[in-house]
Amino acid sequence: MSVKTLTIDGKMVTGIAGETIFNVAWNSGVRIPRLCHVGGVSDVGACRLCLVEIEGQKKLMASCMTNVEEGMVVRTNTERLQSHRRLILELLFAERNHICAVCVMNGQCELQDMAEELGMDHVRMRYLFPKLEVDTSHERFGLDHNRCILCTRCVRVCDEVEGAHTWDLKGRGVNSLIIADLGEPWGQSDTCTSCGKCVQVCPTGALFSKGRTVGEMRKDRRFLKYIVTAREKHQWIR
Amino acid sequence: MTIEELSDIQEQEQARQQKLANRIYCCTAAGCVSCGADRVRQSLHAEVKKAGLQEQVEVCGSGCMGLCSQGPLVRSAADDALYGHVSPEEAAALVSGNPVDRQLLAGKRIDTTAPFFALQHKIVLANSGVMDPEILNDYIAVGGYQALAHAVTELSPPEVIEEIKQSGLRGRGGAGYPTGLKWELVAKQSSQIKYVVCNADEGDPGAFMDRSVLEGDPHRVLEGMALAGYAVGAQQGYIYVRGEYGLAIQRLQTAIKQAERADLLGNRVLGTGFQFRVDLRIGAGAFVCGEETALIASIEGKRGQPRQRPPYPPESGLWERPTLINNVETFANIPPIIAKGGEWFASIGTAGSKGTKVFALAGKIVNTGLIEAPMGASLRTIIFDIGGGIPDGGRFKAAQTGGPSGGCIPEQFLDVPVDYESLAKIGSIMGSGGLIVMDESSDMVDVARFFMEFCMDESCGKCIPCRVGTVQMHDILARMTRGEGTPADLDMLEQLCTLLRETSLCGLGQTAPNPVLSTLRFFRHEYDAKLAASRGGAQ
Amino acid sequence: MATTTPSKPSKAADTARDNRAKLLERAMSRHSYSGDALIEVLHTAQELYGFLTPDLLKSIARKLRLPPSRVLGVATFYHFFSLEPKGEHSYIVCLGTACYVKGALGLLETLERRCAKAGRTSPDGKVSVNSARCIGACGLAPAVIRDGEIVGRLTPRQVTEDLDRIGVK
Ligand SMILES: Cc1cc2nc3c(=O)[nH]c(=O)nc-3n(C[C@H](O)[C@H](O)[C@H](O)COP(=O)(O)O)c2cc1C
Ligand code: SF4
Ligand code: FES
Repeated sequence: MSVKTLTIDGKMVTGIAGETIFNVAWNSGVRIPRLCHVGGVSDVGACRLCLVEIEGQKKLMASCMTNVEEGMVVRTNTERLQSHRRLILELLFAERNHICAVCVMNGQCELQDMAEELGMDHVRMRYLFPKLEVDTSHERFGLDHNRCILCTRCVRVCDEVEGAHTWDLKGRGVNSLIIADLGEPWGQSDTCTSCGKCVQVCPTGALFSKGRTVGEMRKDRRFLKYIVTAREKHQWIR
Repeated sequence: MTIEELSDIQEQEQARQQKLANRIYCCTAAGCVSCGADRVRQSLHAEVKKAGLQEQVEVCGSGCMGLCSQGPLVRSAADDALYGHVSPEEAAALVSGNPVDRQLLAGKRIDTTAPFFALQHKIVLANSGVMDPEILNDYIAVGGYQALAHAVTELSPPEVIEEIKQSGLRGRGGAGYPTGLKWELVAKQSSQIKYVVCNADEGDPGAFMDRSVLEGDPHRVLEGMALAGYAVGAQQGYIYVRGEYGLAIQRLQTAIKQAERADLLGNRVLGTGFQFRVDLRIGAGAFVCGEETALIASIEGKRGQPRQRPPYPPESGLWERPTLINNVETFANIPPIIAKGGEWFASIGTAGSKGTKVFALAGKIVNTGLIEAPMGASLRTIIFDIGGGIPDGGRFKAAQTGGPSGGCIPEQFLDVPVDYESLAKIGSIMGSGGLIVMDESSDMVDVARFFMEFCMDESCGKCIPCRVGTVQMHDILARMTRGEGTPADLDMLEQLCTLLRETSLCGLGQTAPNPVLSTLRFFRHEYDAKLAASRGGAQ
Repeated sequence: MATTTPSKPSKAADTARDNRAKLLERAMSRHSYSGDALIEVLHTAQELYGFLTPDLLKSIARKLRLPPSRVLGVATFYHFFSLEPKGEHSYIVCLGTACYVKGALGLLETLERRCAKAGRTSPDGKVSVNSARCIGACGLAPAVIRDGEIVGRLTPRQVTEDLDRIGVK
């Protein structure tokens, strides 16, 4: 295993070859914003919040998809990056319906946290407010498309960890939607094992457990670490 | 077939064609077909039969002859005459060698010494109008597959790559990456399995160069791909062709079958140990699949969503194997480069951009159609001399190149040489070769809106800036064109331009702001006028 | 898979139907039932059946051993695939730049007003309206593919007359 030494926000840090900038940064206490990344499943580089500047490279790179290199000089929090991140969040908030006051995840939502952390306090664009369905056909869980940010965490955890591949995306562009099987109501899905992993990884109130009222939903992601450690290291420890 | 047989066929076919009294070529490209070329061709066949001239006069098809606005086009080889707007009734006069009959057609004859023809330089389109794209022997007669024969017997793969590097050829798919370097990258990889992919997903609205090449000279593209396979060490090629291109697909299928049967593709190319197979993959209507990583996903049967690069396809592409992806026109340039040498090719064009470029001229221009000009020709030459200028006494306003990733070039830059660097400097790109001319009647804010709508519809939806940003930008532009925009809108529009350019995952989102940026740069007064009008309206 | 037609089909229609299933099967086996061939198989299925029903997608998913959601995901990503039956007549308006510059939006607007939004079929099943990105007939702009044939240099007026002629209300 070769070790790479690099600088992140002026700090000398080390990582292992093949590790992403994102992971190395977080391990050394630099918290790069993210929404599509969730530890334990593959990365897709879709939300673009984790973009960083790398010296000598014209393009901004998604830190969750870029491996560390010896001597790299990375900046994760410049003025430019901050303003890009705020604008991306504004786009997200304007895309569907993210009214925190009436959401089960209020106070526990990663989208909300991101907005607070990055200082995005108002939206200067027109809200698109599409009228989307809320699927409550599953006996224990619900899916509110209006809160979905299309991060595909649920798709990945269902495919990679549970192995069911119930979820996928249909359509394209702004009309994309999360679907179960052939787009039938979740409760009728043949492939769903009702394991609830998707609910736990969803960053917003799009996937939720039934029976919780506004602000009550808590999500627990420790299971992912447990499974990944079990798979990779054959250690069954919490 | 062996190399000796290839040369024999070439000689025999040339001799056979020489003996004919005449060979009449009917354009069978989509443009001419849609204005009745098929009926003309049938009627020519009937006339030949009626006159009992089957042995002397041959009627065949041909690739796009360029002057699409005057279709159907017919070329008579014996007197090297080109006729436009031909109707089926004129077939008899065309078949007859009699000068008096020919006189009847004088009005339809197109002057091939006109600037439209004289100022063009044909390499990629060299065979259009001189051979039938559906007949393998026709391609062989004009020297087809000789470059491949030369390479597999006399050149080592590194020598082929050296030749391409020397030629200075750059990718014709838009970005202009040096082709030789790309080939070298793929050749360097140690993997046993590699792929060659031809990007024929031509999706820019207003561009139909690749389609014409595929329809008019499919074997040339196959030969180019086989040469690439030989050079980089790949045994399998794929052509990813747009689903809308029915005729091109049909021609390619025919050509692949012919080439396989003749051992020009397959397990023993020209009787040597070199193997190369080509399969078609048909696209299904997604512009973003022209982006190379999305194209790979699509060939693998997935949703055509791009992924982050690196790794670049030359390292990890199709099924994670090293993959060479080039555009149709790039491949079409390969056989002549190998046949005539890199130096010859490098002598054409400008310092940084070698060879020629095919353009599809459309919009408010007299000669809509397909042209090929040396790199470095000025826009003025292309639009006014070759293209014949603006119809109906209109006034030139802007030329749009590069489609939704490109920009609008205003009048003051008409004399800029058309090459990769110069176009980039004035805020546009070479793109794949669509060139749309606009006159005074075009509303530039609406043009920007049009392209933004395109990007919005075609965004794959994976990354947020492009998925939602294009919608918001389109929203603002639509409001502006309706006279409802505000200065804050304009400000937001500019912020979003920067955001998309710098943070989008793939080229689609990164270049989507270009039409807005270039119209803002050169036609800002039109945006201002709209804002002023909406302010006036609000009072 | 296509055995759920309510009305009793004639014998000829029955064999034609069997044949389609057989042809689709052959296409899948040609690709050794590989999931990578999903798009090829969907192309074939659409050619045979005209459009893609849930039953058809389900059976393709099963045979290619793919998750159903992935099959629907692919079928809806690409505009070429249609999950609805097509109308009696079809109009595809080219919205390539050349056609746009020469007024294609006016044609589309007329069709959308009279029949259905682009990508849809009119409620009476008479006309499907679609748009395309450059059909390569830029010389004939603005161009429309009407029932498979390219018609060039159209005006909204001609479109209106045409719709009247085929009896669109
Ligand atoms: C959104 C998008 C669409 C593209 N469409 C095409 C296309 O239709 N045809 C093409 O050859 N290249 C297209 N490209 C460029 C390809 O990604 C790639 O650069 C090219 O095929 C490489 O070939 P070349 O080196 O021969 O140019 C597109 C790129 C992007 C970002
Ligand atoms: S830039 Fe647009 S097309 Fe490209 S990955 Fe992002 S959403 Fe998809
Ligand atoms: S966390 Fe890296 S792009 Fe979303």
